[in-house]
Amino acid sequence: MKYMMFVCSDTEPDTDPTELPDIHKWVAENDSQGRRLTGNVLGSTSAATTVRVRDGELLVSEGPFAETAEVIVGFDLLDCADLDEAIEVARTHPMARQGRLELRPFADLSD
Amino acid sequence: MPTRAPAGAVAAAEAVAAAGVEAYPRIVATLIRVTGDWALAEDCAQESLTVALERWPADGVPTNPGGWLMTVARNRAIDVLRRATVERRKLHDLALLTPDDASPEPQVGQDVVDDRLRLIFTCCHPALALEARVALTLRTVCGVPTADIARLLLVSESTMTRRLTRTRTRIAQAGIPYRVPSGPALTERLPGVLAVLYLLFTRGYVADGEPAFADEAVRLARLLDRLMPEQSEVAALLALFLFQHSRADARRDAAGTLLTLQRQDRDRWDREAIAEGLAALDRVRHDGPYAWQARIAACHATAASADDTDWPTIARAYDALADIRPSPVIALNRAVAHGYAYGPAAGLVLLDAARAGGGLDGYPLSVAVEADLVARQGDRPRAAGLFREAAAAVGSAAERRALLDRAGELDR
Repeated sequence: MKYMMFVCSDTEPDTDPTELPDIHKWVAENDSQGRRLTGNVLGSTSAATTVRVRDGELLVSEGPFAETAEVIVGFDLLDCADLDEAIEVARTHPMARQGRLELRPFADLSD
Repeated sequence: MPTRAPAGAVAAAEAVAAAGVEAYPRIVATLIRVTGDWALAEDCAQESLTVALERWPADGVPTNPGGWLMTVARNRAIDVLRRATVERRKLHDLALLTPDDASPEPQVGQDVVDDRLRLIFTCCHPALALEARVALTLRTVCGVPTADIARLLLVSESTMTRRLTRTRTRIAQAGIPYRVPSGPALTERLPGVLAVLYLLFTRGYVADGEPAFADEAVRLARLLDRLMPEQSEVAALLALFLFQHSRADARRDAAGTLLTLQRQDRDRWDREAIAEGLAALDRVRHDGPYAWQARIAACHATAASADDTDWPTIARAYDALADIRPSPVIALNRAVAHGYAYGPAAGLVLLDAARAGGGLDGYPLSVAVEADLVARQGDRPRAAGLFREAAAAVGSAAERRALLDRAGELDR
């Protein structure tokens, strides 16, 4: 199953950053196991642009549409057997301790 | 399939009910494993019970009721899938699923054990909301009809049907595996499973609760204990349930008023349940939260009278419990235990400490505890006032009556 893992920041991280797992090691390990297909860190929300079309009119605005304190700062595309495996992959990601990880399975559109 | 002589309709209905309790979750578990389709598995299991209700009065109860139900459910599933025609491999697996009709006892092989455990652990997966876990466990593992679950959880039947459907869909879409976790993950997940059982039991046990919840929780704890005899916290939870449950018939007087432990007629306690609980507690080899609670409950269950209760042992157990699972309610119970073990003054000191954190603010039982301690110190008017204060704040009518009765006695 493919999962999009959104990496989200927390407003006030309460973890000692020196105790976080090494992200490079995490990437290398999960890439070599075939569990991580791709992933990246996103630019800041100040670089974001929101695009909408309403009544046929294109609306482009600066910033993310919803102004929230916690933002998506990156993503990883995972390929795991099931949710339990995806949770295991997520639990070892440094941002699991400093922020939050949201696992979203890809919708099955085959029907 | 060999059958006994035709039975009366009532006897047949009872046989269906009895076989259903044991066979339903087994059938559901097996069909989910083979087809992966939760709704199909439940429908077919239900269907097999319906067919049994039609056939058994005339044909007689089969020698292996569980195997009979399994065969009917399996054939029904094959029918449904054949009509869908796409599920070739599942059809093949289903066809291979031949229950052992000859044995009088349904098979208790490793597969069956695993199937039912899988079912419990999947229903109680932490990625499901707690309410969804409870509902799905009742429906799938206990076979409680959706209408009854809706009534127990105070929602309409259509709402519950939608919730259950959504939960089954979520299991499929989120990729929640139908599996018992192994190694450290099992240890991590087991408390969640036990918490669902504890919640079920508590809902059945509280003053205005539905006894059926407690019955189901006891049944599930027994099942889990049989499937995981090496897990000592499971045995502890089962023991705890059995001790509490043994008092079910003695907790109210003829007028329906709740009776405290001190006032219950101990001859009405279920001695068999207590013996079963003690046997389970005997296998507990650790000091987890359920173990301490079970030891406390055992002290009450084995005391010949309220005066004979071993309060110092109970007080020590609450000390340990407060250490590993600190909570306002445990701190309150600890104050009660110390109050009986070492005198009301000792209890009041701990009650003050328990209230200091603010966690007991607006908790009427904390006032009732104070009332009891003050009464035992001899200040009857103040105690009566406190009991009335607690009665005014308590939510359940049965508890309010009990507290007002205590106040009335102190006025005399």
